[in-house]
Amino acid sequence: MLSATGLGLSAGGRELVRALDLSLAPGECWALLGRNGSGKTSLVHALAGLRPPQAGAVALDGVPVAAIRRNALARRVAVLLQDEESGFWGSVVDFVALGRYPRSRTSFARDDEALGEARRWLAELDLADHEAQAYRTLSGGERQRARIAQVLVQDADILLLDEPLQHLDLRHQGLVMRTLAARAAAGKTVLAALHEPGHAARHCAFSVLLYDAGRASPGRSSDMLTQANLEALYQCRLEAAGTRSFLPS
Amino acid sequence: MKAAPAVVLALVPASLVLGIAFGSVDLAPAQLSDALLGRGDEIVREIVWGVRAPRALAGFACGGLLALAGALLQVLLRNPLADPAILGVSGGAATGALAAMLAGAAAAGVSVSAFAGASLAALAVFGFSLGRSGWNPYRVLLTGVALASGFGALVGLMLALAPAAQVQGMLFWLLGDLSPAGDPWAALAVLAACAAVAFSQAGALDVLMLGEDKARSLGVAVTRLQAIAFGCATLATVAAVLLGGTIGFVGLVVPHLLRLSGVHRHRALLPLAACLGGSLLAIADTLARTVAAPAELPVGVLTAMIGVPVLLVLLARLR
Repeated sequence: MLSATGLGLSAGGRELVRALDLSLAPGECWALLGRNGSGKTSLVHALAGLRPPQAGAVALDGVPVAAIRRNALARRVAVLLQDEESGFWGSVVDFVALGRYPRSRTSFARDDEALGEARRWLAELDLADHEAQAYRTLSGGERQRARIAQVLVQDADILLLDEPLQHLDLRHQGLVMRTLAARAAAGKTVLAALHEPGHAARHCAFSVLLYDAGRASPGRSSDMLTQANLEALYQCRLEAAGTRSFLPS
Repeated sequence: MKAAPAVVLALVPASLVLGIAFGSVDLAPAQLSDALLGRGDEIVREIVWGVRAPRALAGFACGGLLALAGALLQVLLRNPLADPAILGVSGGAATGALAAMLAGAAAAGVSVSAFAGASLAALAVFGFSLGRSGWNPYRVLLTGVALASGFGALVGLMLALAPAAQVQGMLFWLLGDLSPAGDPWAALAVLAACAAVAFSQAGALDVLMLGEDKARSLGVAVTRLQAIAFGCATLATVAAVLLGGTIGFVGLVVPHLLRLSGVHRHRALLPLAACLGGSLLAIADTLARTVAAPAELPVGVLTAMIGVPVLLVLLARLR
């Protein structure tokens, strides 16, 4: 159980999140929605223990994440960052296998197990044909799926993903969302920052909406993702798009 | 290219044998093998064991240290152009050494002064780069570059002021020269220690290539790792500079040679960089001693002459 109590976050003198109470339980899939600059990334970083909150605390099973050693935390919490370095020199499968680092710590460890896991998740994410290719030569969408595979290889209990669908085509958006939902169904906790409420409604039972001026409200997607809430969230008029808007089935 | 590690490992004994076999005195193969086994003519034994073997080992140690430092700095600063010289340590050592030469100090004094200059530069880079919010690779780079250019100006000033008779010695020091290198054992010990410490962090260094936040999320204590790697790189650079002056290109080129031939995981890259850097410098030094014998060329010139075209060819073949 990853929980935030009284969480306050601000960046650049702007209050992003005020007094947020949030509990992410095993088996739950959460969508994190909000306008650009609403604090989604800051919240993901705070939940992952990568930045200290301005107020409140984040705790893993009751223990503050700041008090947990990095390598112990990495076995429980995995995070997909929005921006990552792309200067990795090796092959795609080597890149993905690095996600196994928290579980195989010595330089002498055989990495057959890590490579096996890496291949399995590459196949799940439709990248089996690219495993021997140099990571640098992947397209943006392929790179994004390799980064997600690296997070899945980490096999943590809690998966925090900052914009997992960026750069992905429609088919692979569906594939990634189904894969994440399946992880949640298998008992993991998933939280993904998304820009498409349709994906949230279809795959995530729970949503956190980050409004302006620090107001954040978590709840069941069926209650949260109403037209009125989304219009307030994105500050624009919305309409049902009828028969010309599609999501992967 | 799976053959790269085997080739690199075979180069190590080959380069040392070359360094012992060739020199200003021609020795027959029989004389060499006798001397290596501790038999035969005493003068030949002295040339082999007292002069050439320490010199070859000094070259090996110096090259290994520089290549190891380069490999560490390139991942630490996540900058492929990182090279031991950008630490400012080489510049600090050069300034110290030339100041001592200008003051007429003996070889030992020059070494002590070079060490003082190198330590001062390393402390300055450390001090300015480790800010309130932790480590900042860009500040390390900029501090190093700023210090290096400052030291460059001081070196130029001393060359301008020095009496003509001293200028050649100074130039040799600046271009990199192993002829005053004495006992190689201390440098070899530093090489072994730095390589062992760096190797113990190899897995974490692989992960650091993904960026600092990602490395943290994968369980790496990033600030501690950076301090260890930076400390190793600095110590290695200081030891190399004291042994051979400012020898360029080894630290920059050798890690890239290995990466371009498919070695990128640090548990292979670090030891192979030490071996390849050592072998290449031992070979370059053998050439420096023999090409224009009995005169000796500055080995730093040869490392540049060999390293630059090799790197350019490899880069051209990559895409």
